[in-house]
Amino acid sequence: MNAWRQPGCWLTWLGLLAGGLAVVVVRDNTVRELAFTLLMFAALASSLNIMMGYTGYVNFGHIVFFGLGGYTGFYLISQHGWSLYPAVLVGGLAAAALAGFLGSAILRLRGAYFALATIGINEAARAFVNNFTPFGGPTGMFVNFSAYAEYGGAAQALWLTYALLLAITILTLILSGMVKYSRFGLGLMGIREDEDAAVVMGVSAPRFKTAAYALSALAPGMVGTLYFFKNGNVEPGDAFRLNMSIEMLVMVMLGGQGTVLGPVLGAVTYERLRGYLLTSPLFKNLHLAFAGLALLLIVLFVPTGVVGWLRARFPRLRRLLA
Amino acid sequence: MILQVQNVTKRFGGLQALTDVTFELPEGQILGLLGPNGAGKTTLFNVINGVYAPEGGRITFRGKEITGWPPYRVAHSGLARTHQVVRPLNELTVRENAMVGACFGRERHSLASAAVVADDVLARVGLTERARQITSSLNVAQKKRLELARALAARPYLLLLDEVLAGLNPTEIALMVETIRRIRDDGVTILMIEHVMQAVMNVSDRVLVLDYGILIAEGRPQEVANDPKVVEAYLGDPKLAQKLLAEEAG
Repeated sequence: MNAWRQPGCWLTWLGLLAGGLAVVVVRDNTVRELAFTLLMFAALASSLNIMMGYTGYVNFGHIVFFGLGGYTGFYLISQHGWSLYPAVLVGGLAAAALAGFLGSAILRLRGAYFALATIGINEAARAFVNNFTPFGGPTGMFVNFSAYAEYGGAAQALWLTYALLLAITILTLILSGMVKYSRFGLGLMGIREDEDAAVVMGVSAPRFKTAAYALSALAPGMVGTLYFFKNGNVEPGDAFRLNMSIEMLVMVMLGGQGTVLGPVLGAVTYERLRGYLLTSPLFKNLHLAFAGLALLLIVLFVPTGVVGWLRARFPRLRRLLA
Repeated sequence: MILQVQNVTKRFGGLQALTDVTFELPEGQILGLLGPNGAGKTTLFNVINGVYAPEGGRITFRGKEITGWPPYRVAHSGLARTHQVVRPLNELTVRENAMVGACFGRERHSLASAAVVADDVLARVGLTERARQITSSLNVAQKKRLELARALAARPYLLLLDEVLAGLNPTEIALMVETIRRIRDDGVTILMIEHVMQAVMNVSDRVLVLDYGILIAEGRPQEVANDPKVVEAYLGDPKLAQKLLAEEAG
């Protein structure tokens, strides 16, 4: 595996692990909540990067996998009494299966048309869940508080979800590195640079794109299940927030698309910025406007993101910035 | 016969791009494809390697009918091509470009062995020093050579070259012609579109001439060059002026 030989990949993985474990050592609930959000964003942005950064398909509907995967996992826990672990796994697999199915249809579209289709899918999923009785329709579902007893009480369950999220995020980043430094990843980047030329060179683009789409849906499905389990309830408005899709896009662009480290860096930076804007009395209603402005500035001035900029500015750092 | 094209027809809306094109290509030859601009040469390439499906006719490659196959399947079976307008994978390095050819071409290499193949073909086209550069930093002549390297990295049985000499200076042309000869000597059959007459006449075993999507001549380079139909296709009818004058007078 080539990714294991990249010092840049190791730095990213170990940095995340160290940060994540530090939170466990500190054992402070506020810090944990903050870290939970950071990790969640890092996992979502990294998985989006597989599609957007490596394959070059801008996806405005990434959150649909978070929503539907989360709904599936939560449904199994709350309505069928499943344990959290298999539910998380099934949530991820359900999202990946959905992506594989959708992908074989909408990945025939390119560029802006694909991006538009992904928005459509998110809205369609929201409308579907709103009217789907087994998922509780517009009111959604909730777990009985006693469900947390299985994991040693609610407080303990929160730490458990945090540990699982840390594991999933690190696995997502390992997946991201492995994809980037593999034959499969080379094919994806060929598609990103010039799909027609790649196809002429023998890259089976339909198969590759669908596989990338399914892989990118795996983490959101798992993270979604964890997130809703932690919240104790799920409802359509919370599961399919289009603005979260756009925020993920900003994170990937900000950190540097097509890199392993970039989305993590972008997620952390953006989350801190958002945290500041949301709590500051002056800007609290404007944080999305700032996200839009940030996206505009990045696209105009640093289209390769922070990591890309650093790589170009300091060639010596290249090996350390995967 | 490594390639058989039988009665291939391709239309774009009302435009008849190829009409009943039929020819055969024996293994180990270099076949030149000539014709004025817009004659349908590149379209013929696109139909052979699966970018367009033809409206009629059959294409057989190494005994297997490949009509209507997607381009990646055609590539896997051992047919590689270059593009007239270079299509580099810009943000990848020169080496990675060649590696894409090796990984997904006929031999479907793993990443590690593709790197070896890439270094080999880059040396053959003289791009070794550029291997680690980002492809967008190459000039046009280098990008043309990269197109060739990528196609070679696929280790094809048949290579379609679309104007690899265009835009090169005389020294570069001589070098490229040498490279093409050597590729043929390695056992690769070549079908090449070319406008640089002297070069194509020199290097080809046989020549085809396409005009308005119709094959108007086929044969050894010297025979074809003196064919009146070919002269007319390129220069217009030499007797047209007299004919018109005679009509006016009459």
